[in-house]
Amino acid sequence: MLHEIPLYTISVEVNERTYTEKVPAQMTLLQFLRERLCLTGAKEGCGVGECGACTVLLNGKAVDACLVLAVEADQASVRTVEGEARDGELTLLQRAFIEHGAVQCGFCTSGMLLSAQSLLEKNPHPDQEEIVEAISGNLCRCTGYVQILEAIEAVALGREEGG
Amino acid sequence: MSTDQEYRYIGKGISRLDGLEKVTGSAQFVHDMAFPGMLYGKTVKSPHACARIVSIDISEAEKMPGVCAVLVGRELPYKVGIYMIDKDILAKGVARYQGEPVVAVAARSELAAEEACAKVKIVWEELPAVLDPREGLALAAPLVHPELASYSYMKGVFQPQPGTNISHHQKIRKGDAEKAIDQAEIVWKTQFYNPPVQHVAMETHTCIAHALPGSQARIWTSAQSPFTVRNLFSACFGIPHQNIRVHVPYVGGGFGGKAGIHLEPLAYLLSHKAGGRPVKLTMTREEEFGTIPSRQGLYSQFTTGATRDGKIVSLIATYIWDAGAYADYGVNVGRAASYSGAGPYEVPNCRIDSLVVYTNKVFGTAYRGFGHLEVLWGIERNMDIGARQLGLDPVEFRRRNVLRPGAKTITGETISEHTGRVDLCLEKVAEEIGWSGIQTEEERAQARDSGKLRGKGVALLHKAPAMPVFTSSAALLKFNENGSVDLLTSITDYGQGTYTALAQCAAEELKMPIERIHVPWESDTALTPFDWQTVASRGAFMGCKAVMAAARDALQQIKETAAQILRAPVGELVCRDEAVFVAHRPEERLSYREVVMGYSYANGNSIGGPVIGRGHYIAQGLTHLDLETGQGLPALDWTYGAHGVEIEVDLETGEITVLNLATALDVGQVLNAQSLRGQIIGGVVQGLGSALLEEFRFSPQGRLLNAGFVDYKIPTSKDLPRKMSQHMILTEQLDGPYGARGAAEHPMISIPGAIGNALCDALGIDFFELPLNAERVWLGIQRQRSVLQNTLPRAIMLPQAIKLPQTVHLDRGGG
Ligand code: FES
Ligand code: FES
Repeated sequence: MLHEIPLYTISVEVNERTYTEKVPAQMTLLQFLRERLCLTGAKEGCGVGECGACTVLLNGKAVDACLVLAVEADQASVRTVEGEARDGELTLLQRAFIEHGAVQCGFCTSGMLLSAQSLLEKNPHPDQEEIVEAISGNLCRCTGYVQILEAIEAVALGREEGG
Repeated sequence: MSTDQEYRYIGKGISRLDGLEKVTGSAQFVHDMAFPGMLYGKTVKSPHACARIVSIDISEAEKMPGVCAVLVGRELPYKVGIYMIDKDILAKGVARYQGEPVVAVAARSELAAEEACAKVKIVWEELPAVLDPREGLALAAPLVHPELASYSYMKGVFQPQPGTNISHHQKIRKGDAEKAIDQAEIVWKTQFYNPPVQHVAMETHTCIAHALPGSQARIWTSAQSPFTVRNLFSACFGIPHQNIRVHVPYVGGGFGGKAGIHLEPLAYLLSHKAGGRPVKLTMTREEEFGTIPSRQGLYSQFTTGATRDGKIVSLIATYIWDAGAYADYGVNVGRAASYSGAGPYEVPNCRIDSLVVYTNKVFGTAYRGFGHLEVLWGIERNMDIGARQLGLDPVEFRRRNVLRPGAKTITGETISEHTGRVDLCLEKVAEEIGWSGIQTEEERAQARDSGKLRGKGVALLHKAPAMPVFTSSAALLKFNENGSVDLLTSITDYGQGTYTALAQCAAEELKMPIERIHVPWESDTALTPFDWQTVASRGAFMGCKAVMAAARDALQQIKETAAQILRAPVGELVCRDEAVFVAHRPEERLSYREVVMGYSYANGNSIGGPVIGRGHYIAQGLTHLDLETGQGLPALDWTYGAHGVEIEVDLETGEITVLNLATALDVGQVLNAQSLRGQIIGGVVQGLGSALLEEFRFSPQGRLLNAGFVDYKIPTSKDLPRKMSQHMILTEQLDGPYGARGAAEHPMISIPGAIGNALCDALGIDFFELPLNAERVWLGIQRQRSVLQNTLPRAIMLPQAIKLPQTVHLDRGGG
């Protein structure tokens, strides 16, 4: 027999679809997304809020999903990397990441994209320092960051064309 | 120098083939995978550096809800290892490092497995530990492996010394180094230290194992080398190769840390004990630091002799590796670093002793550059210190000694015009940073008032792949009905860009658009062809050679069928733009699509059949190194390079800001400009981590104190140099694909040396230990202040912590 664990009903909008689920109190938003909804784009790189691999947008704000409890996301709207491209059309950032060589192993990529996306939605034309700052909580061991910064900058400067 | 041939794809900045899946979150890593009925594994680990297991009580753990299997070491009669078979799957009798798994649990959830682990009771008896490899060499030192004599190991390559803690002693002997030192006009001695560090791949080690009936095993693993996992797994359990199927999907970074076998045997045993349910075993970040192997530490010392006009005549080097509790790749790191162990210089007399020493710490393994970052930290600082002894400019001193065509390496290989040009790399970076010589004391004194001092430094590098003489690759090019191609390889692309390079190569050779080449992002030992390992910057080199051979094979098949249809000899057929045609009558043509699945005549008669191009490549002409002298040919290719840096040091905080960092590598030929740039920048920044930030810190009892990102920092976007530039030298490698040679590891090597040399230029202080973090630099500045205030003459400040090993008997006969 497993323990009787109290469950809480939450209703969360994820990538514009609403899910109503019963979750244990200790379940993190990251576990909820990955294990319950099979949205595995957000990764766990540390589980303690130090690497940014689990970054998602919670009510438009970039958060470490490993530090947010699923119950805290009740009634909230969440965006994950899976919801960024629409009808097979990549976002400008996604395209810029590919074109600028901003992806290597790809494990940090979804977190990077969402940190950058959140910056650009608040501040469409950030300067270099603001871009560096926006992804400074996202660790990448492969790229040395330069091509990631270049990709974000290209979008910020409007060099990345839509369509 | 560079080939002037026009390529359609080679050298171009083709974007990664896997970019789309990665930016949309659809790329599946083992981290993301789950199977029906899958269980989760967790381990209980030793809290002690060295302790006897008096008793283990798992009775309560077994009763915990959701638990399906509990394993202890004594039920596992297996040993595993790549070069030295020295490791139990769970500690048996004695645990040899803090963090070593002792008990393992498989349960229905990670939480249930963790809770069961907490119920395991172990009684320990602490034993004296070996925490410093120099002490581990003392005759009276406790033995980490008293059973060393009984272990099997790769004979003829490694030399363990039973009755000691030495798992391998690599010797290089060229000329008479002692005599040449005695006769040298100038002699200087130095000592250096590199701490152990972690790879920090963003995806921690993880695997899923499924024990199936009839001694069958299926494994999905975040690993670099599926066939090595299979081979070592087979050796460990006596299961025949064909019964073991290893899958490697997307891998979230490796850097050497996933080169060998790690969690797979334990996950398999858990699955077996749990009645054949698949078991997933994933390391937490803390376990990644403390349980999974790291880059081993190194103590190095050099005695160098030169003529007064700056020609090196002799080098005696001793490398003492802090290898930790198991040999893993560590013995080969100690070996490979030795044959590069004099730097890219012509050294007529050389003696190197590289001792890989067991200690009671988390053990060492391969890490990008494989021993080279470590030895070149010392070698390149030693060059600057030597230049000062000689009164020479450090760039000029290097110029006078670099390997040039005709020179002989320390293992007896003759450098040719095509080996690569380290001299050109040196000149390029010196120019890029505006090198104008070491500052004088007066110049420094003037700048000191500003609170910030600037300095410049250069460092050279070289590396050849560390691999067995029989290393091979294979590739298959499998045509599809529409004339497109699946390229099958078992090289793993965990970010380097190898698959994109292989696709470029296939498109180039098959004369077809790259969009029509597809590389499935999963290796599977049952379906994809053999490849030795993805390590050592050999993937693109050997993989492209195999693809080129496979393309020749496929085109031959296409032409043989087309020759019948077009009624022309094979020799007069040409392939271009996805079509085969008669050279002098181009209108007589068939598209690939018409031929690659066989061709049907109007009456229904059919010829040919599915085209599958098959190719392989094996390293050529390599020899084993002589055990006593280290002479032989170990290197597929040498990649040379140099870094030049300018830094600024804050005198109040000790913090270093890198203002400019120029890198030059002789890559022979660029295969993919975008991924090469990515490899260089990524490697340089990883090197900056080793230079400025990263080190394992241990308590006096051998406990790892910084097993997490809070206390172990790696570079972030805020730690980048203000300016970085990359420069390619193109000296064609005759046997390389399109003249190219490996370049993925090299950018990381010698970053510490370049920074250390610039730091000395800025401050006039020699640092001998890494990392050059603010604390260490600040302490150095304070020490210098007291020296200056006492108006003592400035001398080389030897680091306090490093003592010479007094009990090493370097001439002990080979084992
Ligand atoms: S996994 Fe959430 S910050 Fe690392
Ligand atoms: S691309 Fe590998 S961690 Fe960023």
